[in-house]
Amino acid sequence: MFVLTKRIFRSGWQGLVRDGGIIIANIFIMAMAISVITSLFLFRDISQFVIQGLQDKVDVSVYFKYEAAEEDVIRVREAVASIPEVKEVNYVSRQEALEKFTEKHGSDPVLMDSLTEVGVNPFLASLGIKAFQAYQYEAVVGFLESPQYDYLIEKIDYHERKPVIESIYGLTSNFNKAGIAFSVIFALIAVLVAFNTIRLSIYNSREEIKIQKLVGASNWFVRGPFLAQGTICGFFAAIFCFLLFTLLTWGLDSKAELLFPGLGLFSFFVANIWMILLIQLVSGIVLGVLSSLIAVRRYLKV
Amino acid sequence: MVKFQKITKIYPPNAVALEDVSFDIEPKEFVCLVGKSGAGKTTLLKLLMAEEKPSSGRIFFYDQDIQKIKPKDLPEFRRKIGAVFQDYRLLPSKTAYENIAYAMEVIGASDSEIARDMAEVLEIVGLTRKAHNFPAQLSGGERQRVAIARALVHRPDVILADEPTGNLDPYNTLDIVRLLLKINEFGTTVILSTHNREVINSLCKRTITLNEGKIVRDEKVGRFIL
Repeated sequence: MFVLTKRIFRSGWQGLVRDGGIIIANIFIMAMAISVITSLFLFRDISQFVIQGLQDKVDVSVYFKYEAAEEDVIRVREAVASIPEVKEVNYVSRQEALEKFTEKHGSDPVLMDSLTEVGVNPFLASLGIKAFQAYQYEAVVGFLESPQYDYLIEKIDYHERKPVIESIYGLTSNFNKAGIAFSVIFALIAVLVAFNTIRLSIYNSREEIKIQKLVGASNWFVRGPFLAQGTICGFFAAIFCFLLFTLLTWGLDSKAELLFPGLGLFSFFVANIWMILLIQLVSGIVLGVLSSLIAVRRYLKV
Repeated sequence: MVKFQKITKIYPPNAVALEDVSFDIEPKEFVCLVGKSGAGKTTLLKLLMAEEKPSSGRIFFYDQDIQKIKPKDLPEFRRKIGAVFQDYRLLPSKTAYENIAYAMEVIGASDSEIARDMAEVLEIVGLTRKAHNFPAQLSGGERQRVAIARALVHRPDVILADEPTGNLDPYNTLDIVRLLLKINEFGTTVILSTHNREVINSLCKRTITLNEGKIVRDEKVGRFIL
């Protein structure tokens, strides 16, 4: 068994070395397929980050009446926070609202003069509410619009923001679905291209396979070197991809940071380095071995 | 050793390659198959190697009915036969040495056995100095000697040579025929298919003549008559 395995791997390695051109083409095509599969993995997390970033920007603000006591507002906040659909509630007091305004518009003399002219703090206390999903805002707002809070609440901006909220959620959801669909389609195409490249290179060896069978070689003795070649090609393609992605994520890290602040492309790559390497090796070797196995099968019937 | 019983081979839709062919071959015999192109010589050898199946009739190798061999047992059966072809059928990406050694590797011979037998067989076919050349770097005669060495190295019971001199000049033809005679003298049955008049007439061995798929002559000491 050991001798047989040794001969199969030696024969596979010899084939690789002696048919260098075809093998390099195979490795290159397989590397493309593995790159698409790796991108699928990276895209899933990056798109999740982007979607999360967009969704985090969506909230509904509830403004309280000028005379509303702070303890009443806190009570409402606690009631809202206990609703399961609510992800986050932020309380902004009248004083904090004034400070934020001053901080933001301190350099605008017109606005600051107007504020001085008013003489008192004109801002209302508010709650910033974030739900998990767009459709959940309706229920949260419904709860706040109940008569028990009429005397406290001045305004809820949900109805003005509803179209924007729904389009952001719709957009991110479609973006996610489209991304996955495109990635799966591209991965499928890349896998088929790699499979057909390997199939063509084995097609070129069909006469050799016939000779080997007539000499008395068993199916495994004929198939073995092709599987060994598929494994070795897959391994080299995976290593090539790994180096490529290391360089790409490192090189594009700062540019990606400009587009998506806080993303940390390279640090994400480093954090998942073993998983990425495993995905690349497994996809490369499985692709190489399965393609060879399927492609060789039809020529063994001699 | 080899028995053909009423063998007919028809390729679809209705091309008759062999019709009602019957003959026996004894161990250690040297048998020539002669006939024009298309007479059925190659088909007959393909049937014996189980590369094709007969449309009717039975072929026995010793007591084994070739048609009844299961696909998984075919390699084992083929190891008892050495085959030499007109177009050499060498593995282009392997050297002469590796091509010959391949026949021993498939039977599971150890590396030391391969090294020992290879030296001997290379000496017999006169290719010791070109052992590490690839087929593309060898002449036609040399390639055919590699093919014979491959057919011979695992000590098969019978060697089938299908037009082995078809692509060779007279000098190399003589060389190959001498080699086949030497192998036969060592005790291996040889079945030589050819349409070379000089070869048949010089061999003075049993000759089976085929014409349009039928045996028209089977002589103990044959001559080339078509």
